[in-house]
Amino acid sequence: MRLRVLRFLLRKEFLQIVRDRTLLGMLFIMPVIQLLVLANAVTFEVKSARMYVIDKDHSSMSRGVETRLAASGRFVPTESSPSMANGDEAKLDRRVDLIVVIPEGFERGIVRDHRAPLQLVFNAEDGAAAAVMQTYANAILMNYAGELGAEVSPSVVTNLGVGDGVAPTRGHPVMELRRRGWYNSELDYRQYMVPGILVVLVTMIGTLMTAMNIVREKEAGTLDQLNVTPINRSTFIAAKLIPLWTFAMIDLSIGLVVARLVFHVPMLGSLVLIFFAATIYLVGALGIGLWISTVAETQQQAMFVTFSLLMVYLLMSGLFTPIRGMPVWAQWTTEINPIAHFVALMRAVLLKGARMRDVASHLAALAAISSVVLSVAIRQYHKRSA
Amino acid sequence: MAGRRSALHAFIIKEMRHILRDRQTLTILLLLPLAMVVLFGYALRNDISDVRLVVVDPTPDYATIALRNRFAGNPRFEIVATSQTLDLLEPLFRRGDADLALAFPPRFAESLSQGVPTRLLLIGDASDPNTGSTMAAYATAVITSYQAEIGATGQAVRIVPQLRMRFNPTLESVNLFVPGLIALVLTLITALMTSISLSREKERGTLEILLVSPLHPWQIILGKVMPYLLLALGNVATALLAAWAVFHVPFRGSLTLLLSASVLYSMVGLSLGVLIAALAPSQRAAMLAALAGTMLPNALLSGMIFPIASLPAWLRMVTYVVPARWFIVIARGIMLKGVGFTYLWKELAVLTVMLAVLLIAAVRSFKPRLA
Repeated sequence: MRLRVLRFLLRKEFLQIVRDRTLLGMLFIMPVIQLLVLANAVTFEVKSARMYVIDKDHSSMSRGVETRLAASGRFVPTESSPSMANGDEAKLDRRVDLIVVIPEGFERGIVRDHRAPLQLVFNAEDGAAAAVMQTYANAILMNYAGELGAEVSPSVVTNLGVGDGVAPTRGHPVMELRRRGWYNSELDYRQYMVPGILVVLVTMIGTLMTAMNIVREKEAGTLDQLNVTPINRSTFIAAKLIPLWTFAMIDLSIGLVVARLVFHVPMLGSLVLIFFAATIYLVGALGIGLWISTVAETQQQAMFVTFSLLMVYLLMSGLFTPIRGMPVWAQWTTEINPIAHFVALMRAVLLKGARMRDVASHLAALAAISSVVLSVAIRQYHKRSA
Repeated sequence: MAGRRSALHAFIIKEMRHILRDRQTLTILLLLPLAMVVLFGYALRNDISDVRLVVVDPTPDYATIALRNRFAGNPRFEIVATSQTLDLLEPLFRRGDADLALAFPPRFAESLSQGVPTRLLLIGDASDPNTGSTMAAYATAVITSYQAEIGATGQAVRIVPQLRMRFNPTLESVNLFVPGLIALVLTLITALMTSISLSREKERGTLEILLVSPLHPWQIILGKVMPYLLLALGNVATALLAAWAVFHVPFRGSLTLLLSASVLYSMVGLSLGVLIAALAPSQRAAMLAALAGTMLPNALLSGMIFPIASLPAWLRMVTYVVPARWFIVIARGIMLKGVGFTYLWKELAVLTVMLAVLLIAAVRSFKPRLA
């Protein structure tokens, strides 16, 4: 490692990146745009689902069901008709997401037996959305049932954060259930996703750019030229990785600023801890890029291998679906997935204010993964170019 | 003319060989759809099977024990800690070692028997709002059934919703995902691979060499993209087979219609690829443009994973120009609903219009550079 040589090489590498307009634009503008689009796109919340009401009861209570569902803003009544056939037709044609069927005798049932059935038919073509809509509808109907029961002094008050329940009568056992959500009381899904998306951004830039950058020299034949110069390989690798590491860190900073200003992500923990973890993590991410550059012959291959690898890593990282929902074997694989550790760490530190000792296990795992990946990549690089 | 035709023929075969020689890429191309189907089918679920519960019970008595046993005996819950104060909660949540806490008030049994309103508190780690709400709902169900048992429900009014899930009764995510996966694989091969391989030829100047051959510029483009089209269709078949063999994903509609739609959609992707290659100054630029302009929108703004209904209005407008959005409607319609042309002509028409526009743009932007 000769420092003077490294300095020269570093300057050359930085200049090469800075001169390439497309690259610069991609490095600085893309992350912002992506963050804005991605954070809004990755949500399972459903607003304004189209509802089709079939009211066979025509009572004030059955109309109440429709108004309550519509008043929530989650459901928008589109059509209504007394017959089921039209509803099915509309669903095949994708004009509605939910059909509500209120049977005859709905009101009578409530007044007489305190219970009445109704039917909710969802278009489950889009399963995630259907499950979410079902949760909304259930909560709204539960609240409405509570309202209807106000006349018949209820003894259970379910408080779902929609005002206080009615004062119950004394005498028999009464339980009042309250729910509270910590760390994200607004239940804003975007706050949960943004820290994870930041990880995706720095990984994409770090891994992809490293792989492409080295393979480009291979394609152009300049790598062979370098191999006959007295520059030793570790100097060369350091000169390749340091600029990209710097850019990835700059991107992370830009991303954090956008997260704060646009999405109001709380950032309860220490930013120093975030950057420390990112430093360790990026060594691994760049190492994967370096390893890919040794196996790929063309830029097309490099991109393709990177893309395929990252896709699997991302899907298995707990970014989009909870890790604890996976089968046990799949949960084990997340232990060696650096993206999984970094996503978990980012979320814990930013949203819950986790400290060093809370995330020590993630940091240790990241350090281990990064050192293994980098040493394997360097060894492979030596073998290939020797 | 006959000479031209056979020249084109020979040219396509040459290009095919070229792709087939690249073992690494081919392997990944064939394995990727399989890997994705398996991952989505087995590993990615949105429901949590074991909720890690913390019980805060300042004064344990027969009533709190009874309810605690309910949770302990429920396979969905695992009690990870019990404490008399709330202090323990914060560190457990911060480390991510607990999901939900159930807090009893002091003298729970006593106040229940006196008939004064007795408060129970459920505290969830809501940093992941979706999972958090789901877990709280599970716990609420356990508590409600306990209430019913001790007669704390009295005369509450209940509206009993009966649910029906049409077209995917078990909400099996793999059923929804396969149509999206097909769209993604088609995009990857058509738009991304084409744009990079064409811009590589541009960078090296090998495209100009072809101009002295007796082939028309459009024939050159055709020869370049044809192998990718075949590769893409092969992949559709792989993904469908895997989905059917491993997960029994239903296929209710017409296979012919789906394959025709796939060809149409692939041609949209290929035109995009050619257009990007024509406009991009370098391979790197082409790759970035293809990633940003095709892969990301197709994965995220198509309704493949995240419902379009949940996007903000401005992004919903953007999805109208994402080809995958229309293709996924077609694929899901055919596979899950078994509907045909009658219900899908609008989406097919949109894709056809897109193809026409992109094709004209692609040929126009290629011409001056080649002439």
